[in-house]
Amino acid sequence: MSNPSAPDGPPDEPADAPAAPHRVIGTPPPAQARTLLGDGTGDGTGDGARPAPRDLPADPQNLRQAKTAERIVAALFILSTLASIGFIAAYVGLELNSVDSVLRSNLALGTSMSVAFLALAVGATIWVRHIMPNVELTEQRHPLASDPEAREAFAETFAEGAEASQFVKRPVLRRTLIAATVPLAVAPIVLLRDMGPLPGTTLRHTVWRKGMRLLKYGAYTPISPGEFSSPGGMITVVPDGYQDDPDALASATSIIIKFQPGLLQPPTVMNWTVDNIVCYSKICTHVGCPAALYEQTTHHILCPCHQSTFDAPRGATVLFGPAPRPLPQLPITTDAQGYLVAQSDFHEPVGPSYWERG
Amino acid sequence: MTLTEKLLEGTGGWLDDRFHGAKGFRTLFRKIFPDHWTFLLGEIALYSFIILLLTGTFLTLWFQPSMTEVVYHGSYTPLHGVRMSEAYASTLNISFDVRGGLLMRQIHHWAADLFVAAILVHMLRIFFTGAYRKPREVNWLIGIVMFTLALLEGLFGYSLPDDLLSGTGLRITEGVLLGIPIVGTYLSFFLFGGTFPGNVIIPRLYIIHVLLIPGLLLALISAHLFIMFWQKHTQMPSKGRTNTNVVGAPTYPYFMAKTGAFFFFTFAVLALASTFAQINPIWLYGPYTPVAISAGSQPDFYMGFLEGSLRIFPSWTWDIFGHTIAWNVLIPALLPLGLILTGAALWPFIEQWITGDRREHHVNDRPRNVPTRTAIGMATITFYGVLWLEGANDVIADHLNISLYLTTEIARYAIFIGPAVAYFVTKRICLGLQRKDLHLLEHGVETGIIRQLPSGEYIEETRPVDEDGRAVLEARRPPPALPGGPDAADEEVPPRAMRGGLGRVRERLNEVLTESVPLDGHGNGYGGHGNGHGDGHPAEPAAIPSGEAAGDGSGDDQEDGQA
Amino acid sequence: MSFTWRRRPAAGYAVVLLGLILVGAIYAAITGSGESAASTTPTASQAAIAKGQQIFDLTCATCHGLQAQGTAVAPSLIGVGSAAVYFQTSTGRMPAKATDAENDRKTPQLNPLEIRQVGAYIQSLGGGPAIPTPAMVSTIGANLALGQALFTADCAQCHNFDGAGGALTYGKYAPALTASTPTQIYTAMLTGPEAMPVFNDTTITPSEKRDVIAYVTAVRATPNPGGFSLGRVGPVTEGLVAFLGLLFFMVLAAMWITAKHRKTADE
Repeated sequence: MSNPSAPDGPPDEPADAPAAPHRVIGTPPPAQARTLLGDGTGDGTGDGARPAPRDLPADPQNLRQAKTAERIVAALFILSTLASIGFIAAYVGLELNSVDSVLRSNLALGTSMSVAFLALAVGATIWVRHIMPNVELTEQRHPLASDPEAREAFAETFAEGAEASQFVKRPVLRRTLIAATVPLAVAPIVLLRDMGPLPGTTLRHTVWRKGMRLLKYGAYTPISPGEFSSPGGMITVVPDGYQDDPDALASATSIIIKFQPGLLQPPTVMNWTVDNIVCYSKICTHVGCPAALYEQTTHHILCPCHQSTFDAPRGATVLFGPAPRPLPQLPITTDAQGYLVAQSDFHEPVGPSYWERG
Repeated sequence: MTLTEKLLEGTGGWLDDRFHGAKGFRTLFRKIFPDHWTFLLGEIALYSFIILLLTGTFLTLWFQPSMTEVVYHGSYTPLHGVRMSEAYASTLNISFDVRGGLLMRQIHHWAADLFVAAILVHMLRIFFTGAYRKPREVNWLIGIVMFTLALLEGLFGYSLPDDLLSGTGLRITEGVLLGIPIVGTYLSFFLFGGTFPGNVIIPRLYIIHVLLIPGLLLALISAHLFIMFWQKHTQMPSKGRTNTNVVGAPTYPYFMAKTGAFFFFTFAVLALASTFAQINPIWLYGPYTPVAISAGSQPDFYMGFLEGSLRIFPSWTWDIFGHTIAWNVLIPALLPLGLILTGAALWPFIEQWITGDRREHHVNDRPRNVPTRTAIGMATITFYGVLWLEGANDVIADHLNISLYLTTEIARYAIFIGPAVAYFVTKRICLGLQRKDLHLLEHGVETGIIRQLPSGEYIEETRPVDEDGRAVLEARRPPPALPGGPDAADEEVPPRAMRGGLGRVRERLNEVLTESVPLDGHGNGYGGHGNGHGDGHPAEPAAIPSGEAAGDGSGDDQEDGQA
Repeated sequence: MSFTWRRRPAAGYAVVLLGLILVGAIYAAITGSGESAASTTPTASQAAIAKGQQIFDLTCATCHGLQAQGTAVAPSLIGVGSAAVYFQTSTGRMPAKATDAENDRKTPQLNPLEIRQVGAYIQSLGGGPAIPTPAMVSTIGANLALGQALFTADCAQCHNFDGAGGALTYGKYAPALTASTPTQIYTAMLTGPEAMPVFNDTTITPSEKRDVIAYVTAVRATPNPGGFSLGRVGPVTEGLVAFLGLLFFMVLAAMWITAKHRKTADE
């Protein structure tokens, strides 16, 4: 409220002005100050000429309750202080070297932090509700639409500027400018081209090739029909040489299932099986989750993501769920050492459908 | 001079000399904020977001957004020697070898869940109270954009640790992208830098998650809050609250204190959850491999309805002219989300068109007073909810001992029947509540005092509804009647907007949308008690102090309805 | 006068007693504990088989047939081996109380000795996989990383990443592994009970089975450093807690902060 550019302002206030603590000589009295700040822009009550009455009471109505509340709030704030100190102490004091130590540290740090914040929150709430005086004030709204004169003035300014800019009057300028913005807008999109290779025919094939051994996932050892001999058996297999290639595995991972004699039937391609062992792609034809849940009793392969169900003895035809086509079957046979190998790649694309699949 | 005056003169003066802020800040400080607990729901989202920024910054100091393979040798022994990406290993490091790391990770994830949950309930509050109406349509649209961004932000965020559960989510994303006609394979290859999983998706999601979307959200939140300040907050109908005022307490010091307290509550709740409820234990899931999957794989709850829509759909697909259209993936991915988001975005404008109501609205509706809107909202919630539950159907099947396929079969019927039933039931409930309000206004509140009349009859005394209650019950502004609507005389040419087939549709929709029990007991067959018979009042004992005279009580169906 | 008695009469009895004790001690040392040796000898004794048959006839034959050949309500047990018997009876699934979609884990009806005896009997009927020895299920020196890889690729899709179990079709379910002993896990893999596939010893070798057991038991025993586990089911329970816990609490706080003031006596 001081006015350094006018050190010799109006004289001291009249005696009946509202009492105020010290003022620097020269500053206007508070009553006048209020009106100077003014309500002319309509942000408060009444018109600008009258001195505004005090908005907020200085003290709460129930002083006794406020005193009690003050004690409670102070205690809560002290609790919060202690909890925050506790947090720092827990951080410094508790080292991490095992899962148990992490448990203890998390418990200590978390509890102290929770107490610190909760005490602050409860204290602040009690402060607002019981120590600050209750008020209910009213503020006027004003129509959001500007008055017609203002709108007209804006329209005039806009029109004048448009005319002065010659934008409307000179179509050649206008059109060439618009033409210039088009490639400028397209260029950033073009810049994204190298985000990835074009799909081409990549999705049609996996890495399986003739003679490639089926390795048990995890152990990465080959398996023979003599070993995989128990009816009802199932195991995940991956192509030899690609154990550490997640991209290859994402399309080539398969499962082999051993059946009792006589169970396998068309549309399973019998030429592609060995000793009642059939190999299906593990990549679900819905959206690509590993479809690996094999029920030995019902011979169903269930994908746990969206419950697509495939009939394993009958070419993995779809029995239920959103998958649109059966799991592709990998043609397998045995090599000279008796281990299971692929005869070729899958005869159709594996995994989810896509536009070019056909 | 007191300290306050010294500060104001010193620092305040210094700033004011440069920024001319005295008047503006005074206006801001004196701004009135109305009080209702539902007005704090948006603040839950706001403070969750701030906490996300704080804890997220902490996490970035240790997290490695890289898919390079490493072998783990940290404090979590069951995974010793296991090969995993650096992203996963660094998340294990944060959890087990950085003090406070697990707490910050958990607060971050709980805050993300709370953020989206708060946005949902806040959005519903705005919808049910009609706070999206003029002049707040733009703010509503900003809110919907923020909702979508929040969903994406959460999805990308929980995919960063590259664990088995979230990696499966990325796999599903790839499968859904592939199903998009013509451009699907290109989109997928461009996003993943080739085949799935590639080695660039995690770093790409990282920069979107820590920079792009937070930046957009910050800008939109600022705009959202500024618009709310500029237009002033709405208020609930009550005594003394009109469409041209705001009643409450000033920002300084009241609202600042309350909102500060609420921030600490938010932080406290999140800290409590992160101390006592484990979330996203990625060390149990294991690192992502496209070879493996866990039973009971779900995304975080806010993606649950997309998951449910993928599960519910039958295996429709077209193979035509050498191309495949995967309806079984396209429709679930696009339809529910598209319907809800587009419907929500267009709703203020649709409602405006149907009702022809172009007035400013600053007083909220009580949901019962807009039965059709409330019913549509409940139907949408039911639609969303059925899909949500279906997303967890295997967990539900396992824990409630329901056959797995049966849950999907039930959902396939419930998705249609549920919203229809919800609409009907909600509308009836709202109309019933309105009748109850009308009854209160006309006959007063029952006091429970029984009196015996001289004739020997017993009656119950009623007293009029008090002023506050009356203000709430009567706070309804029926929309203006449509020009050329049901009350137009037959010879008049209807105005442009009401002509033709579209005009008839609009008229009919208006009747449905504004269906309501009128306060004066007239029209639409809801009048008084007689529904068009007699004078609308059965013979009542005399001399009962009742709330309000029953008016003309003609109850005539032919009268024009101020619905 | 000379004293002619050099020994007391009791001395004789003492010598006999001492001799008896000595003989008894030597006899005991030579013949060992004298308990049934069926658990330590590699081939089951005839006594065990006979006892097993007795128990089988009383407890199992009504459904499985007197020669374990199977009936309309229960499968044949020829060739399932003692391992299958061990798994089914030690988890209490057998003897089954009702034919249901799936038999739940219950309190075992047969004690460990009886289990081994019935196992020995069934083994004698048609062979099959045998109960593993304690050494075969010991997790000392196991390869946790390999166990993790195998479990995640071949077990988690039914039993869940943590062994919390999962839903199968038509009311079946893959049970939680929280209470399974190492031998039960081993025999389950080996025999493929009910809907579970069979992982014989040439598909998942005994050493690999130990690794899987080591991983399952390690994960199971890991405490939850982040707080209560919420069932270790994943985001479903987390979402429930977010709505019913966090949001609900925040709504309560909001209601408190904005509540109307009650007028006190002084106002």
